[in-house]
Amino acid sequence: MEKGEAGGVVLKSILPVLTVIGAILLFWLVAVVPMNMHLVADQAQRDGLKVTPDAPAARQEYSGTGLALRNLHLVPLTYSFVRPTLPAPQQVAGEMYATIIDKKITSKRSLIYHGWVTLAPTLLGFFIGTGLGILLAVGIVYSRVMDRSVMPWAIVSQTIPILALAPMVIVVLGSMGVQGLFPKSLIAAYLSFFPVVVGMVKGLRSPDAMQLDLLRTYHASNTQGFWALRLPASMPYLFASLKIGIAASLIGTIVAELPTGAKAGFGARMLVGDQYGQPLVSWAALFAAALTAAALVGLFSLIERMTLKRMGMQAA
Amino acid sequence: MQVQKVQAIEDTHRAASVISAQGLNLTFQTNDGPVHALRDVNLEIEQGDFVSFIGPSGCGKTTFLRVMADLEQPTGGTVTVNGVSPEEARKNRAYGYVFQAAGLYPWRTIGGNIRLPLEIMGIPKAEQAKRVERVLELVDLAGFERKFPWQLSGGMQQRASIARALSFDADILLMDEPFGALDEIVRDHLNEQLLKLWARTEKTIAFVTHSIPEAVYLSTKIVVMSPRPGRITDVIESPLPKERPLDIRDTPEFLEIAHRVREGLRAGHQDE
Repeated sequence: MEKGEAGGVVLKSILPVLTVIGAILLFWLVAVVPMNMHLVADQAQRDGLKVTPDAPAARQEYSGTGLALRNLHLVPLTYSFVRPTLPAPQQVAGEMYATIIDKKITSKRSLIYHGWVTLAPTLLGFFIGTGLGILLAVGIVYSRVMDRSVMPWAIVSQTIPILALAPMVIVVLGSMGVQGLFPKSLIAAYLSFFPVVVGMVKGLRSPDAMQLDLLRTYHASNTQGFWALRLPASMPYLFASLKIGIAASLIGTIVAELPTGAKAGFGARMLVGDQYGQPLVSWAALFAAALTAAALVGLFSLIERMTLKRMGMQAA
Repeated sequence: MQVQKVQAIEDTHRAASVISAQGLNLTFQTNDGPVHALRDVNLEIEQGDFVSFIGPSGCGKTTFLRVMADLEQPTGGTVTVNGVSPEEARKNRAYGYVFQAAGLYPWRTIGGNIRLPLEIMGIPKAEQAKRVERVLELVDLAGFERKFPWQLSGGMQQRASIARALSFDADILLMDEPFGALDEIVRDHLNEQLLKLWARTEKTIAFVTHSIPEAVYLSTKIVVMSPRPGRITDVIESPLPKERPLDIRDTPEFLEIAHRVREGLRAGHQDE
């Protein structure tokens, strides 16, 4: 009975997710045909297959859908084209399987290898960003001067396009001899400190006047108030921020890899795929990055749930 | 010579008073102009008194309590708590304060919440455990130490917050409408328990309420206040005995005091 109910709950929470995934997959599958039809038709003609109309210029007059309706026999080929405009889901899955599971981790084509190259600076940057964010938030909450001065700059910092800033940082640090992990971590930290500052300031200020008055009646010091009241009260806010921050860190690292000629990492794979006409490589890296982000956010959700449960609170 | 004698008498009088207010004024500066929260308030609270402050909203009863607790600063006059300024009294941890809401930390167990002031005051662990056990028993919550606040009813949470205020053994208990948010039946029960607790601990209690029966039932002294400006209109010494079963509320003496409180409140209203 109880097991059945638990199963029902799981089904209830998974069903909406599956429905959305199903809808996206369906849309994707349908889109593959018109997106690739012109390329497939050209290739088919070269291979000696019958194509209507058979003049390439005439085919340009038709939309992808129109062409597909006139060449129904070519439709299956759009799902297995080698250099598609839009790869089919199973092609991306196949590429991911090949580069994640079949390839040795030591191989330069292994996505696990590239994933680690991206993940390491992501985590380092996230820890730097989170630490900095928490310190700034504590400063803002306890110091009037910092409250007035830091927050506007924190907001301004996030209005600078990271795509413009990243190459500058990497180049400047590179000319100073700092290379590899650290410059990328810096970009990751730059993106992840902000949600932590905002969340922690709100969290540290979440105790109401009565709770602060209560500590005053105990003649508690600021330090005691911080550890006993403000910090625990800020936990739900902190976790919300951490989940945004870790995803932002990963994006920061990938962005740092993109314009700087990085040789490894998810960002490098996406770029290689684009530049050498291997869309499957780009797509596989894209999905691997998304899965990594989801796993990281999921991990923090889990830690959040365990922490709040231990604290006798419910996760938001 | 004569002056000295008067001074001496005043000194001994003050020594007997746990809380003493003289010519107390408090004006809040707001955007709509000054608000006279307290005007010319004089009051003596003796050791072991149970004093209720009653009056409509805005009469300054809570403000007065907060002044005693050094949570508000008066703009004129003097207050002493245990013979010293409220600030010094607060730093000596001379009083326990109970707010209208229990305000228990949701991430601490009931025991953990009661330990909070003890931890802040640096009381040794073994002593903490003893005190938690003792005050939980005082408020009839023995066995709930490991429960989290959300597992308790509103009335039980408020009892836990009283236990928290009792845990560090201050002589004075300041209570700001502690039962205001509870239903009548729970409130009756808690009033009865509070009286027993007061008799056992011999604390001096200042209690803000806007329930006439509650004020009359609990108090040895009832301070009737009226608003705009907040001031004391009547101080009633209760002739009721210390032992008070709940049905004392149906006796003529009880009803007579309640009547006088009501008259006082009405008089304050007509002044407007």
